[in-house]
Amino acid sequence: MSVNTTILFTIPVALLIVRSMRRFFDLPTRLPRLNQALTWIWVPGAILYVAALLMKWKTDQLDEIYLLLVFAAVIVTLLRLQNYRPARTVLLAMVPYVLYSAIELELELTGGAFLKEYDDAFDTSRGFAMIWLFTFILIARNQKKQLEKERILREEEEKAKRLIEAQNAELERLVGERTATLTQQAEELREALTELRITQTQLIQSEKMASLGELTAGIAHEIQNPLNFVTNFSDVSAELIEELEEERQRADRDPELEAELLVDLKQNLQKITHHGQRAASIVRGMLEHSRASTGERQPVDLNVLADEYLRLAYHGLRAKDKTFNATLVTNFDQDLGTVQAVSQDLGRVLLNLFTNAFYAVQKKKERCPDGYTPTVSVTTLRQPDGDVEVRVRDNGTGIPEAVQKKIFQPFFTTKPTGEGTGLGLSLSYDIVTKGHNGTLTVETSEGEGTEFVIVLPRADGTE
Amino acid sequence: MKILVVDDETDVRTLFEQRFRREIRSGQFSFSFAYSGEDALNYLREHASEVVLILSDINMPGMSGLELLKHIKQQYLAPPPAPPQVMMITAYGDDESYRQAMQLGANDFLTKPVDFAALKEKLTLLASHEN
Repeated sequence: MSVNTTILFTIPVALLIVRSMRRFFDLPTRLPRLNQALTWIWVPGAILYVAALLMKWKTDQLDEIYLLLVFAAVIVTLLRLQNYRPARTVLLAMVPYVLYSAIELELELTGGAFLKEYDDAFDTSRGFAMIWLFTFILIARNQKKQLEKERILREEEEKAKRLIEAQNAELERLVGERTATLTQQAEELREALTELRITQTQLIQSEKMASLGELTAGIAHEIQNPLNFVTNFSDVSAELIEELEEERQRADRDPELEAELLVDLKQNLQKITHHGQRAASIVRGMLEHSRASTGERQPVDLNVLADEYLRLAYHGLRAKDKTFNATLVTNFDQDLGTVQAVSQDLGRVLLNLFTNAFYAVQKKKERCPDGYTPTVSVTTLRQPDGDVEVRVRDNGTGIPEAVQKKIFQPFFTTKPTGEGTGLGLSLSYDIVTKGHNGTLTVETSEGEGTEFVIVLPRADGTE
Repeated sequence: MKILVVDDETDVRTLFEQRFRREIRSGQFSFSFAYSGEDALNYLREHASEVVLILSDINMPGMSGLELLKHIKQQYLAPPPAPPQVMMITAYGDDESYRQAMQLGANDFLTKPVDFAALKEKLTLLASHEN
């Protein structure tokens, strides 16, 4: 009876082992359920004790049986923790001791004679197993410390990484903010640019319309003349037919007169056609002038274009100042051929240059009315190298030197407010240089006159 | 009666010749044509005494009809020969042109498009005075 009580001392040992294991392996967090179960480690011991008591089984091995059970529980726990290196080490540490205990128990239970015979060997084995056990537990402790250090290092690294990530995120946010600001500014600029472009287009259109307004009277006059001819030739043709009818009813018909009348009639019809076309071409020119440029280059006869716009500009000015008169001189190169150009654009350039020329001679005439013949001339020339040149010359007031550099600038005008948009020459310059790869230059001498020279390059000039 | 027509439009010649074909055939009128003020003065220099009437457009490149009128009136300041009648014809029937023409001594002022029936009457009347 008294012998069985040893198990009562073994139970606290088992609890101690469990406690150590809990602390060493941090079981409450690693294996919470098993940890809970280990609390009941004393139960098998108690049961064994009570069972032995009841069965009146007297043995010295009761505590060893219990201890083996405890070891089994520990091994199960360690197996569950096999991914954790110190757990594996502890497992390794326990193997010899557990084996030894198991063998010893087995031998004791089956007799004990063999045990007694090899008592020394068993004692040595036990000592070896104990040393092995403690050595490996120490190793496991070191491993645990090592792992702990690594874990702390990793955590620090993790922390540093998180810090860097946080800083990165902040930087990204700042960059994002800046980008948004820049994008917004870019958007605002783009809108402003679009508005400017629209305004520019409107200005160009209004300039076109302003110059068209100046031309209206000139155009009306230019249309009136051919229309008068159409009317007059129709009237006179009616008269001729009447005369012809009268002639045919007479007894002594004059075939010669009849033939003459017929010739005249035919000629009149041709004249009516001619003048009708003349009026139509002026209307067409006017429409072309007001229409937005298609930008399409077509073969253009600069002689015809220059002649047309010279007359339009002249009559435009005359419509404003009916006493104004000027000599128009045209020197057209008959071998000029055609150039590839946007005719309504070049027409505007010519119109602008002519209008300026007439304005200059008109101003000069106002200053010195006597002995001065206002003259505006236009000269076309195909240069030997194939370039085409158009010169618009006047003997007007000339351009003062101080102003010469500014004349191609937008909105620069010497005319009183409301008379000029200041866009004419600037647009002309753009049309010739950017639109046709040509040059527009000016030669002037104050009080003597001005000459504008358009040169269109051969590449555009020859077909 | 010899009439000088001054106009920069060359088709005016055809028009006048057809309008006054009967008068021309009958020899009642005879027309000459000049296509600019300068042309007209040159012609007058050579045929000073012949021309009885000048019909001139005002609006012409170079010398205008009004300048031509001034020149003619200056040239004939001292007759003989008697100065020709000058009728101005213009597409711009404005008061300013009319006033200037009258001031410079124009005998008549017509506007385009020309009423040929009325013109014929005027010319016939003039011709009868002439004779």
